[in-house]
Amino acid sequence: MSLLEIKNIINKENLVYSKTKVVTDNVMHYCPGCSHGVVHKIIAEVIDEMDIQDKTIGISPVGCSVLAYNYLDIDWQQAAHGRAPALATAAKRLMPNHYVFTYQGDGDLASIGTAEIMHACNRGENITVIFINNAIYGMTGGQMAPTTLLGMRTSTSPEGRSVDLHGYPLKITELIAQLPGAAYVTRQSVHTPATVRKAKKAIRKGFENQDKKIGISFIEIVSTCPSGWKISPVESNKWMEEHMFKLYPPGDIKDSEKADEDPYKK
Amino acid sequence: MKEEIIIAGFGGQGVLSMGKIVAYSGVMQNQEVSWMPSYGPEMRGGTANVTVIISDNRISSPIVHECDTAIILNQQSLDKFESLVKPGGILLFDPNGIINPPTRTDINIYTIEGAEEAAKMGNPRTFNMIVLGAYLKLKPIIKDNNVEKGLKKSLPQRHHALIPMNLEAINVGREKVKEYKL
Amino acid sequence: MGELKLRKGNEAIAEAAIRFGCDGYFGYPITPQSEILETLMVRKPWETTGMVVLQAESEVAAINMIYGGASCGKRVMTTSSSPGISLMLEGVSYLAGAELPCLIVNVVRGGPGLGTIQPSQADYFQATKGGGHGDYQLIVLAPASVQEMHDFVGLGFDLAFKYRIPSLILTDGVIGQMMEKVIVADQEPRWTDEQIQEISGEWATTGKTKDREQNIATSLILEAEEMEKHNHKLQAKYREIEKNDVRYEEFETEDAEYLMVAYGSSARICQKSVEIAREKGIKLGLLRPITVWPFPTIRLAELANQVKGMLSVEMSAGQMVYDVKLAINGKIPVEHFGRVGGMVPSPGEVFEAFEKLILGGK
Repeated sequence: MSLLEIKNIINKENLVYSKTKVVTDNVMHYCPGCSHGVVHKIIAEVIDEMDIQDKTIGISPVGCSVLAYNYLDIDWQQAAHGRAPALATAAKRLMPNHYVFTYQGDGDLASIGTAEIMHACNRGENITVIFINNAIYGMTGGQMAPTTLLGMRTSTSPEGRSVDLHGYPLKITELIAQLPGAAYVTRQSVHTPATVRKAKKAIRKGFENQDKKIGISFIEIVSTCPSGWKISPVESNKWMEEHMFKLYPPGDIKDSEKADEDPYKK
Repeated sequence: MKEEIIIAGFGGQGVLSMGKIVAYSGVMQNQEVSWMPSYGPEMRGGTANVTVIISDNRISSPIVHECDTAIILNQQSLDKFESLVKPGGILLFDPNGIINPPTRTDINIYTIEGAEEAAKMGNPRTFNMIVLGAYLKLKPIIKDNNVEKGLKKSLPQRHHALIPMNLEAINVGREKVKEYKL
Repeated sequence: MGELKLRKGNEAIAEAAIRFGCDGYFGYPITPQSEILETLMVRKPWETTGMVVLQAESEVAAINMIYGGASCGKRVMTTSSSPGISLMLEGVSYLAGAELPCLIVNVVRGGPGLGTIQPSQADYFQATKGGGHGDYQLIVLAPASVQEMHDFVGLGFDLAFKYRIPSLILTDGVIGQMMEKVIVADQEPRWTDEQIQEISGEWATTGKTKDREQNIATSLILEAEEMEKHNHKLQAKYREIEKNDVRYEEFETEDAEYLMVAYGSSARICQKSVEIAREKGIKLGLLRPITVWPFPTIRLAELANQVKGMLSVEMSAGQMVYDVKLAINGKIPVEHFGRVGGMVPSPGEVFEAFEKLILGGK
């Protein structure tokens, strides 16, 4: 009897990896090389590891991740475009012992929803925000986003984003870090095993901060969109490192537990 | 019994609160009441008016096209509301600042020198209570103890120390109201 | 039996919210309804009943907070006035699509645009014909007194949860700003977590436990066939509401030869116009829709067999009059009288319009 027979491989003692039960068995609609799937998985793992599936409410946006509720087996609220932080504000204030997070793209959070995210952060709502920044509108077919880089071609900036015509890319995460209600602001990516591990740690910290009631945790994930960028998944990762990281460098921007330099809180 | 009153003057003269005291006093004697203010820009220094209805029966419209009594505290309000007094009704006004006095002969017109008397009392804020006193002399629709109860209800607790002074002002108004001769 | 108070309509709504066990209020200041949020902030119900009160950054945020709260099975409400309600309509459409119960109050002011802060009833179409995008309805209650402002907060929540639909209180600056006597309800406790599970456990996002499937509050159904089914389900619900929950009040209709139709503050004014007519020996009556959606269509059709003409009176250029005409279906003459842009007609003015438009034809 060969060791490589399937029935032996699936024996429990040979198990090296298993999918968390918080991820459903539905087939994902995300394109190959897209960061959404990885980020979904690490959120699900954090929920599983913290054993908070029955206390977690996700707020999904409008955009590619509008259907996030098909993939994470928790209760979800699907928000109007940009309004997820308003929903999360009410859900958390009305159920303060639950864990509430929003999952928003760059069009959702940094364009149509700037007012809601700024004010939720400024009020210091005890929620976690996962911000997927791939510098493009994926769902609607690759239009320019507020975070689109200068010179970057999209269907609504066909000759490349120019300052004259479109204005500058918005570094909203840096703006949010200045708000006294923002407790933890970090920028991560999920394009290598190491960065996935770091991003997961950041998300876990964001969820744990809800217990501490210290304000909002804002986790940007610089992401790829091979379909929107019209390059292969592998090239996408390279392009992201070379171009996106210049404007959106990964790393912690603010951690008020470590350094309380906040003038408002003194 | 049913009494429809319009009180009108400048914002800040205490028009709305005078109406409120009348309304609260009506509640104290188990009557139906409505208090309908003009609101908005008027609140910020222009003209203010309030319609107060006190009735033994259910009040249909809080908006009126005629009134039993008009209490008028400036020229604009006199111009606007003189014609709304029912024939035989009462128009009570403070002549201070009135250039074109009322002209109707089918209503009963009275004056109260509210501003002047308030100055004599050394507190211009008693003005609206002096005018209220004048009105209550002409139309004693509210019993004295109910006026006091109405004052207590409509004034915040921190102003309750001022109630004796307000009652005194009401008495001044009662004494100083005069019939107006055309 | 509750206490007797003298209160503005707006204050009565705030008081009622607390007493009927509302879980959360989310609003943004706008004249002529700011007293609601102001009263709540003075009353501090979070210290007594645990009710959450929050001044949102905009009406857009406020209505989406309502979506977030309603999704959790909580009794949540917002209030605004016309321009603010216009801003909220996207969210209202989402609430209707996701079948989320909640209470919205519109203290209507004169429009269009920034308009005026004076009273108006020109948001009737917006309130009763959906308002936002898509085929949907709200239950629309039109209070005509401060007492009803108070009572309809409770009724609005009851109907909202009975049908999983947003309820709207459609009122205006007259009822919002005036003071009348009001008997306030005894304090009802807020729903416990167990009660929420019992009432809304099937759909509320309270956290997915092992014994049930996920609950998802969404109005997104990408497949057209499924979306059509969802629409049919909504429409069936609306027909059910039309069957069970039409509310109206009649004055002097028993022997009426003519009828006025008016809701809210206009109905109060028309009551006086009816008194004026009766003093003159004219047999005029009044029908006051309490629910302007669902509309008292059947009763009006019946009355069309009895009266010779109807006058629809509204502070608008003529909106409800269309519903009256649809109910009457050409049987008798129906006319409209209204003042617009924040002007409030007097009872005498309405009576004169009745004489001219309805009696004048004879």
